[in-house]
Amino acid sequence: MPKTSEARPSIIIDDVAKHFTLRHTQSFKELFISWIQRKKLTSSFQALDGIDVRVAEGESVALLGYNGSGKSTLLKLISGVLRPDRGRILTRGRVAGLIEVGAGFHPDLSGRDNVYLNAAILGMSRPEIDARFDQIVEFSEIGEFIDTEVKHYSSGMFVRLAFSVAIHTELDILLVDEVLAVGDAPFREKCKTKIRELVEQGKTMFVVSHDLGMVSELCSRGIVIRRGKMIFDGPVDEAVATLKESTR
Amino acid sequence: MASGAQGRAITIFRVTNPAPADDLTGFSVPGSGRGILDVFRYRYLLRLLIRKGTQTRYHGSVLGWTWSYVKPAAQFGIFYVVMGVFLNLNRGIENFPIYLFSGIIVVNLFNESFSNATKSIVNNKALVKKIYLPRELFPVADVFIAFVHFLPQLVILLTVLLFVGWAPTLVQVSGALLAIFIVLTFALGLGLFFGALNVSFRDAQNLVEIILLFATWTAPVLYSFTLVRDKLPPWLFDLYMANPLTVAVELFHSAFWFPTTSETMERPEHLWLLAGIAVVAVAVLMVVGQFVFRKLEGRFAQDL
Repeated sequence: MPKTSEARPSIIIDDVAKHFTLRHTQSFKELFISWIQRKKLTSSFQALDGIDVRVAEGESVALLGYNGSGKSTLLKLISGVLRPDRGRILTRGRVAGLIEVGAGFHPDLSGRDNVYLNAAILGMSRPEIDARFDQIVEFSEIGEFIDTEVKHYSSGMFVRLAFSVAIHTELDILLVDEVLAVGDAPFREKCKTKIRELVEQGKTMFVVSHDLGMVSELCSRGIVIRRGKMIFDGPVDEAVATLKESTR
Repeated sequence: MASGAQGRAITIFRVTNPAPADDLTGFSVPGSGRGILDVFRYRYLLRLLIRKGTQTRYHGSVLGWTWSYVKPAAQFGIFYVVMGVFLNLNRGIENFPIYLFSGIIVVNLFNESFSNATKSIVNNKALVKKIYLPRELFPVADVFIAFVHFLPQLVILLTVLLFVGWAPTLVQVSGALLAIFIVLTFALGLGLFFGALNVSFRDAQNLVEIILLFATWTAPVLYSFTLVRDKLPPWLFDLYMANPLTVAVELFHSAFWFPTTSETMERPEHLWLLAGIAVVAVAVLMVVGQFVFRKLEGRFAQDL
């Protein structure tokens, strides 16, 4: 069903399952009381079940699904933030996530310091950042404000800088989670162009988005997830159609 | 969690057999690291995190870093007046102010690094939940930041010593350096342990506050160790002296206070042996802390 090309895979996801244990206790006291009363301490929620995906090098895959379907969980598993309960996930090369960009920004530091800090958080070394610094600033259109503290930035400036850092990191696999909804229309266009450039360079992409128009533009393959199970894997247009037919 | 990790290890092992179709060279399991050893690989980021912590600490204050000098000086002033003048605890301790201050800064270093490390994972929630990094980076950075803030206090102490006339031996100074190492490793080991617990149970940070209260008052900072020896049964006193923090404080006394006195005061016996025991103890604690941290780490992103 999925048309994996001859290229070696970049991401291997084998029969992955993830469930969340929701604890109802937040302190030792509550834990103790619930234990005494023999109440259930936890309940379980199956976020992902039996996910099998292989993404070939250079392929761009859209991950579609409604809220709560498990898309972001899958992305977090690939990035290593979460670990699967069952199955295995393997990645090849450097993984960079455009996952809620700006998580590492500190409001009291200047734009310049934040660029270095965040690029380092995303795994870049000092010479790599030095080499790309000008590109990052240029892309973000921050200009002379780069030495101003980030807390004085407008929200648009903040997001542009954060995105610019993330997109300029040295990477082989790019994970994109809903961040393309940032900035104004011209900046969004610029981001899409940049992402297309990365695709042309043969980078592997994994995109989560509700913007169906955009994903069908950027990706060739679509995977639809519904309640933690994969219900479709194939060409992106058919994936979009499948998603529209399905219910939450 | 543990069984999951084992299961993964087994599957990886199996794929190295010739049969499977996949060539898995170059592949890695996301989110798996070598724990605290990975911190060295990220030393540039570590440096930036430390710089961030020190740069933003006094952000928006007029006096800025002066506070790092004012606060310990005030603490010293209060203790000196209350303990030394009102309570007369300085009886029998020559150069009591120096005795007091050289001990206080050790305890301050321990308190700050331990409590910061405990809260470090929770404080860096935004990053821990979104990007995979060796999470040990955060407690390690916090311990270093505490060390940076310890330096002004050391400067104050050394300035005072300069006026009093201080001629330490090389051995005494190396003792002080060893003490700093013991305190930082002790704080990091405990910080990893309680920091990991703190993610699921915020009780940990409150428990740590109580531990710190004990630490401040049980270390021989405000009084001499001889007071403890005279009151406690021998086995309990041995236990008291085995506390790495006590050892560190005494090493500081030996380096900074003792040389300024007429050197007739009694010093703890076998201080270097105790220091050796402390080094082993904090190393073991560090291993335990890292082990617990690694065990609980898998749940950080979902529990925060």
